Amino acid sequence: MGRNYFMILTVLSVTLLPILSLSFSTDSPTDRRLLVLLDDLSLKSSHSIFFNSLKSRGFDLDFKLADDPKLALQRYGQYLYDGLILFSPSIERFGGVVDLAAVLDFVDSGHDLIIAADSSSSDLIKSVATECGVDFDEDPSALVIDHKSYAVAETEGDHTLIAADDFIESDVLLGKKKIEAPVLFKGIAHSLNAANTLVLKVLSASPLAYSANPNSKLSSPPSLTGSSISLVSVVQARNNARIMITGSLDMFSNRFLRSSVQKAGSPRKYDKSGNEQFVTELSKWVFHVRGHLKAVNLRHNKAGEKDEPAMYRIKDDLVFSVEIYEWSGKSWEPYVANDVQVQLYMMSPYVLKTLSNDKKGLYHTSFKVPDVYGVFQFKVEYHRLGYTSLSLSKQIPVRPFRHNEYERFITAAFPYYGASFTMMAGFFLFSFVYLYHK
Amino acid sequence: MADGESSREATARTLRNAFGNVFSFFILLLIGILAFSIRLFSVIKYESVIHEFDPYFNYRVTQFLTKNGIYDFWNWFDDRTWYPLGRVIGGTVYPGLTLTAGTLWWLLNSLNIPLSVETVCVFTAPIFSAFASWATYLLTKEVKGTGAGLTAAVLLAMVPSYISRSVAGSYDNEAVAIFALIFTFYLYIKTLNTGSLFYATLNALAYFYMVCSWGGYTFIINLIPMHVLLCIVTGRYSSRLYIAYAPLVVLGTLLAALVPVVGFNAVMTSEHFASFLVFIIIHVVALVYHVKGNLSPRMFKVAVTLVVSVGLVVCCAMIAVLIALVASSPTKGWSGRSLSLLDPTYASKYIPIIASVSEHQPPTWPSYFMDINVLAFLVPAGIIACFLPLSDASSFAVLYIVTAVYFSGVMVRLMLVFAPAACIMSGIALSEAFNVLTRSIKFQLPGSSGISQSGDTSMNTEGEQNDIAKTEKMDETAKERPSKKNKRKEKEPVVKASIRSRIERRLLVLPLEASVIAIILLVLLGAFYVKVACKVDAALNVHALLTSTLEKSSRVGRWKLVHCVWAAAEAYSAPSIVLTTYSREGGLHVFDDFREAYAWLSHNTEVDDKVASWWDYGYQTTAMANRTVIVDNNTWNNTHIATVGTAMSSPEKAAWEIFNSLDVKYVLVVFGGLVGYPSDDINKFLWMVRIGGGVFPHIKEPDYLRDGQYRIDSQATPTMLNCLMYKLSYYRFVETDGKAFDRVRQTEIGKKYFKLTHFEEVFTTHHWMVRIYKLKPPKNRIRGKTKKSKSKASSTSSPKRSGTGKRNPWH
Repeated sequence: MGRNYFMILTVLSVTLLPILSLSFSTDSPTDRRLLVLLDDLSLKSSHSIFFNSLKSRGFDLDFKLADDPKLALQRYGQYLYDGLILFSPSIERFGGVVDLAAVLDFVDSGHDLIIAADSSSSDLIKSVATECGVDFDEDPSALVIDHKSYAVAETEGDHTLIAADDFIESDVLLGKKKIEAPVLFKGIAHSLNAANTLVLKVLSASPLAYSANPNSKLSSPPSLTGSSISLVSVVQARNNARIMITGSLDMFSNRFLRSSVQKAGSPRKYDKSGNEQFVTELSKWVFHVRGHLKAVNLRHNKAGEKDEPAMYRIKDDLVFSVEIYEWSGKSWEPYVANDVQVQLYMMSPYVLKTLSNDKKGLYHTSFKVPDVYGVFQFKVEYHRLGYTSLSLSKQIPVRPFRHNEYERFITAAFPYYGASFTMMAGFFLFSFVYLYHK
Repeated sequence: MADGESSREATARTLRNAFGNVFSFFILLLIGILAFSIRLFSVIKYESVIHEFDPYFNYRVTQFLTKNGIYDFWNWFDDRTWYPLGRVIGGTVYPGLTLTAGTLWWLLNSLNIPLSVETVCVFTAPIFSAFASWATYLLTKEVKGTGAGLTAAVLLAMVPSYISRSVAGSYDNEAVAIFALIFTFYLYIKTLNTGSLFYATLNALAYFYMVCSWGGYTFIINLIPMHVLLCIVTGRYSSRLYIAYAPLVVLGTLLAALVPVVGFNAVMTSEHFASFLVFIIIHVVALVYHVKGNLSPRMFKVAVTLVVSVGLVVCCAMIAVLIALVASSPTKGWSGRSLSLLDPTYASKYIPIIASVSEHQPPTWPSYFMDINVLAFLVPAGIIACFLPLSDASSFAVLYIVTAVYFSGVMVRLMLVFAPAACIMSGIALSEAFNVLTRSIKFQLPGSSGISQSGDTSMNTEGEQNDIAKTEKMDETAKERPSKKNKRKEKEPVVKASIRSRIERRLLVLPLEASVIAIILLVLLGAFYVKVACKVDAALNVHALLTSTLEKSSRVGRWKLVHCVWAAAEAYSAPSIVLTTYSREGGLHVFDDFREAYAWLSHNTEVDDKVASWWDYGYQTTAMANRTVIVDNNTWNNTHIATVGTAMSSPEKAAWEIFNSLDVKYVLVVFGGLVGYPSDDINKFLWMVRIGGGVFPHIKEPDYLRDGQYRIDSQATPTMLNCLMYKLSYYRFVETDGKAFDRVRQTEIGKKYFKLTHFEEVFTTHHWMVRIYKLKPPKNRIRGKTKKSKSKASSTSSPKRSGTGKRNPWH
């Protein structure tokens, strides 16, 4: 594994071969080549800390203007990039051959996306978000306002600079180290559909926040209020493509990353906002450095045998095993958990067992095939917050007994055997007596 | 003088007998060839293929048998059908046909005749129809003599009803079962006539073969007890009857229980109870006769009173127990199919899955004439002939025809059991008629009238020989005639026994002219029948056609069946897997869509992919495309079929969920609207709704009906227009002619422009008869709820969206 990684690095250094397929692969899921689309190139310097942190982690960034006429995501059917960062909130039309459908196809083929919007967001950016399951506030001039948990500044502003600290509780998404300082946010609100199971609120607004135009008087109740407002959300699509959506482009900026923060009403003042840690950790998740699982070598065999049979018989004892690994960013490490289950499934689970693991990634169990024949499946369905979802299934028919696998003599039937044999003997005797005893 | 004459007469008779035997042997041979070759039209007109639906399953099973041997066949658990339940083939199939064809194949191969399994399967039915003709000869011979036997055999070889089920390629259970049925009856009668235990044992074996072959064996095990009972009641009990019956019940039941699909049913279901009851009765009667022979009349009377009073009590107790046992089972011990025999309306009232099979429908009157032709008129004459005189054997024939008429009136399929009976009766009738007529001619021939009794006999003989010589020439046109002669020869010794009867016969003589004309008419009738039969098969059309049309049309239910009989006939004459039609100019047009679709499936899908379709196409899909199906023609699990029916009657999303839960990848529908193929899925849709609704009450038939009719035109209900079957059938149909005119329903469809959201079309055959759709995977992302974006997501558009298809009122 280590050698592989070395090779990849070697190849990376030879960046003259842009088409070389280093994209998302099962061997090393971390993204390598990122395309950053900007409204104007000044963002490159104003957000340099974020970009540099990506570069220092081995990503290969390609900056382009969003309306660059030569813009293309793929060439000859091959994607040129593994990830896309849309830091171009105001773009109305992408340049080149890229459009909404191209971006969505990019995601649907398993690539990752970061979308940052702000108050100047165009319909295009909003519709990309909508297609991913995130609805930005429809009022174009509305910003998130919070009169309670705003960031204290020198001048008493309109409370649109928010110090948010309502993080999702997940080590996978935000890293093991707790983010102490609040995250500075200035931008627009979005909401999620509760029925949408793919999208997660990573950073939500406080219960007192609302979304409205700060410069005009509030005439009607705001459409989005309280903690239903999401500031930062992530989506993990069914093909495990990951998307991060935020309503604030500024939260990635050097200014926010470097500034000190004090939440209104809180005595504690932090020298540095939580932004840097937050965006760094979340970008690790989005680009598959963390939280990526793979399950391999799904095996099953009869107890005491080596080979995988084509078919089981009812009441056979079997051994089932599967290996699960987690990508650490450099190599595949054994994934250790005690909640992985296997089902023996035929329209409904007939057997549901928790797998025990050997801390080296091998999960195994053994059980008896139920007394029902049919076409079963071994199913491993493992969906955990932040992790890629695993769903494996393997079809296996279960047959009834063969004609010669039943017991030859049944104890309970001995009276009947006795009856028939005495009957035969009796009949023979009777015939003999009747015929020859006159 | 008398001595010399009698010896001369004896030699003449021996000679005549020998001549007659050789003659009838060749006639039988010809009948066999006729029976075989008349069934080859389908091979000549089309090709050597397996027909219809069930034969494909039998073919697949035979292939398995020849490849894996009998033990694997016996233990075969098939995981390619009834997914995910699977089916234990070995325990649920009647193995007779498969074993027969497998043995044939093995025999031929070991003789270094390398025929493919398919060829053997295709020709099994014609071969066995020849056997069936010979068995008919034997049976009728036992009943009424050789002449009637030959006539019946030739009739059976050509009877349309039987041809329809035994043409080359129609590789179904009935192909061998009819032979087994007739042969079992023959052995029964033979045992009854001879009282030989040897034949009784053979009879049990023949019965075993029948049990192996077809579920219709219950007809035998009920008919024979009925006949035994009839004999007992009419005072015809004899030890021959006992020998014919008792071993059959004991050995037959034991053997039947060996067949896995029957097993304990042989002693536990009510279909078999009649035989046991009669078994008891015949023993009681035998005992009574035995006791009666040993006791004085007075003692016998005392004994009778004693036994009857005790016996009554015991009987009552036994019957009470029996009734209690039977009543405790949910179906009262009768399976649905048998119940529908007794109460013809039972199935259509309670079991849609049985009612949906047109074979289980009562036949219409015309189908009697279609199926047995002129025989229908001859049968009553045959019945009368059986009563002159009534013997054990002829009473059996009468009983057979009477019960067969009743059962055929209940279920079209049982017409097949009726056909042999009708042939036997007609054979007897024709033979008797010829007998009477030729005799009349002979008696009135100049010179033969005024001769003494003894001279009369010899003259008769000579006259007869002449007759035979003459008839030989006429033989080509009507085979019935010589057989009459033979038959008469058989009768002669009997006739001779009583002079009185001779005198009576003389009184029965008809005028010469009338006899001659009658004979000519009969010959003409025979010729006409042959012609009709030939025509019927030659086109096979009218016939196979009829059966299958009936089969389908009954399914069609309330749909107005829109087909010209002739065209449909042409279409159905086909092995139903390949259809043909003649264009106006007389050119032949072949519809090979089914095989096209199955070939597509087998080449373009994964081996383990599951294909859902209505159950009719299950057998073909597994046999020809080698893909796993959800339901098939072996309708053993009503719930599973109802699940598929429900999916087909549900809106797209619900249907997708049902199919997805069954791991279905592809959905196959048969659509005849473009070419006017009437037995498509829309016409069968009513049964999907009924069967689905029977298990899942949220499917309600009235939702699909407008004014009590299934309609797909602009009057159709919204439920109908939104159900999966409608959508899959008519998707993009408007692109064919711009109007979306359905040629089967003779109307424009109600909803022409719509898109599929959860299914995508992957294949449509040349004539659109089979359409295959793939289930789309779940969406990769879930959209937000705000306003729809102006441009559609790319992946959802269909590849061939028409320019005119923009207007879409349904989305």
